[in-house]
Amino acid sequence: MASSIAQLAQDLRARKTSATELAQAALARARARVDLNAFITLDEAGALAAAQRADGRFPNGSLVGIPFAHKDIFCTNGVRTTCASRMLENFVPPYDAGVVEHLRDVHAVSIGKTNMDEFAMGSSSENSCFGAVRNPWDATRVPGGSSGGSAAVVAAGIVPFATGTDTGGSVRQPAAFCGITGLKPTYGRVSRFGMIAYASSLDCAGVLARSAEDCMHVLSAMAGHDPRDATSVARGIDNYNAAISATLQGMKIGIVREYFGAGVDAGIGAAVQAALGQCETLGATLVDVSLPNAHLAIPAYYVIAPAEASSNLARYDGVRYGHRCADPLSLEDLYVRSRGEGFGAEVKRRILVGTYALSAGYYDAYYLRAQRARRAIANDFAEAFKQVDLIAGPTAPTVAFKLGEKTADPLAMYAADVNTVAVNLAGLPAISIPAGFSEGLPVGLQLIAPAFAESRLLSAAHQFQLATDWHLREPRA
Amino acid sequence: MAIDTATVARIARLARLPIQAQDSAQAAVDLSRVLELAGQLADAPLDGVEPMAHPHAQTLAWRADAVTESDRADALLALAPDARAGLYAVPKVIG
Repeated sequence: MASSIAQLAQDLRARKTSATELAQAALARARARVDLNAFITLDEAGALAAAQRADGRFPNGSLVGIPFAHKDIFCTNGVRTTCASRMLENFVPPYDAGVVEHLRDVHAVSIGKTNMDEFAMGSSSENSCFGAVRNPWDATRVPGGSSGGSAAVVAAGIVPFATGTDTGGSVRQPAAFCGITGLKPTYGRVSRFGMIAYASSLDCAGVLARSAEDCMHVLSAMAGHDPRDATSVARGIDNYNAAISATLQGMKIGIVREYFGAGVDAGIGAAVQAALGQCETLGATLVDVSLPNAHLAIPAYYVIAPAEASSNLARYDGVRYGHRCADPLSLEDLYVRSRGEGFGAEVKRRILVGTYALSAGYYDAYYLRAQRARRAIANDFAEAFKQVDLIAGPTAPTVAFKLGEKTADPLAMYAADVNTVAVNLAGLPAISIPAGFSEGLPVGLQLIAPAFAESRLLSAAHQFQLATDWHLREPRA
Repeated sequence: MAIDTATVARIARLARLPIQAQDSAQAAVDLSRVLELAGQLADAPLDGVEPMAHPHAQTLAWRADAVTESDRADALLALAPDARAGLYAVPKVIG
């Protein structure tokens, strides 16, 4: 069975193993699982150098010498960063993202960059110019997305944790599909500096790991103010390590009626209800709550995110970095052909939708309207949190679907985000934890907390995981 | 709201994206369907709700008007597909 971060750290301190050995073993596991197509780049030289540095220190931090992987959306100095796009296929950043710096500073050892949906636009990790990622539980199924490579490498036991990003559910939904734990912190809690932008008011760095306790160790290193990200929040970081032991006794958990509605598979509903029953046994009180504007989350998200994307992705013009078409006839031709060749179908679709929504005459009807819906959705959460400490429901309405099942119909793919996007619109923290199986595939329970209450999320998830073993189940290799 | 191929062409022009003639009809269908989804917002009672642009009601931080970046022109220009004499090079704009 794959070891926890705490166990690995203990083994390192006891000199039972070394960071170099851990890195070599993780690289070997990664090479043995090329069938998953979960890595875009393996950085053997960088990993071994970082491991050597870690071995030269007394391992007194929880992540010293621990191997992990970065989603290929975080800029890594000197290591190719593609965002799974032909546009950035050969892009080697000259600087590190804030998250990359933070994890390097605590001497965690990155072994490479994981596959994903192009520019994080997708819910299946099939929209990658490097090909689709496979789910370790069933190679004919998707791992979820957009952080599907990160979810797959953790679920397959290649590394104990991986970074991800969550704009509409891209950490939580793949965590649910792959039977692992995925934490999306509060918007602004973690630096976005050097994280390739998709929708800036929603984008949030997160972590995928086996357990809430492992997520806690990583969040403790990732969180913090970064003056280079104007939306990063200047606010002290909780002592997550101390907070995680709080019990569920007296905790009020709101069950969202709307999240169990039509479209949620019966097997998912049953597994999540059973998990909530377990929380009750552990001392929590279950309370019905309503988020009456929940049905507006998908329409609002699929206006706001494409609108911001169309603006953010205007920077890819074939001039300063990224793909450039051959022999441009004019500046206009350079822009149009470079973008046409560099972007995949879903990215182009979202740029077109966003451009339309922001264009003269339509701004009020679409973008402004979506921002009003966003406020209504955030207000619903604020009302609910007057009654309860946490909000719960299924992370995704279905288990992992088949490769190719939804690629022909963008709207069917968008519906996979129905229970996750509202959290991004409101900027709240949320976690998906393994809560059982349906059709032999993992089911995720989503817990949502008020802004900056990551400690509450982590402790509730940890207490659940102390009493259950869903998070310890592993797919057959 | 149904989008026609002329509108697709206008939007693609604004976005600097090429739409081949054979893809135009499908792009119109795709756009129409997403906008139909967004159309659900039109029926919702949202009039008078204050628009929300950002999760936190914080004012953006101002930093001192001071140089914080080092001169990395060479490293940045090295990323460019075409750079000459310390400048980004593009096709001639003025005839």
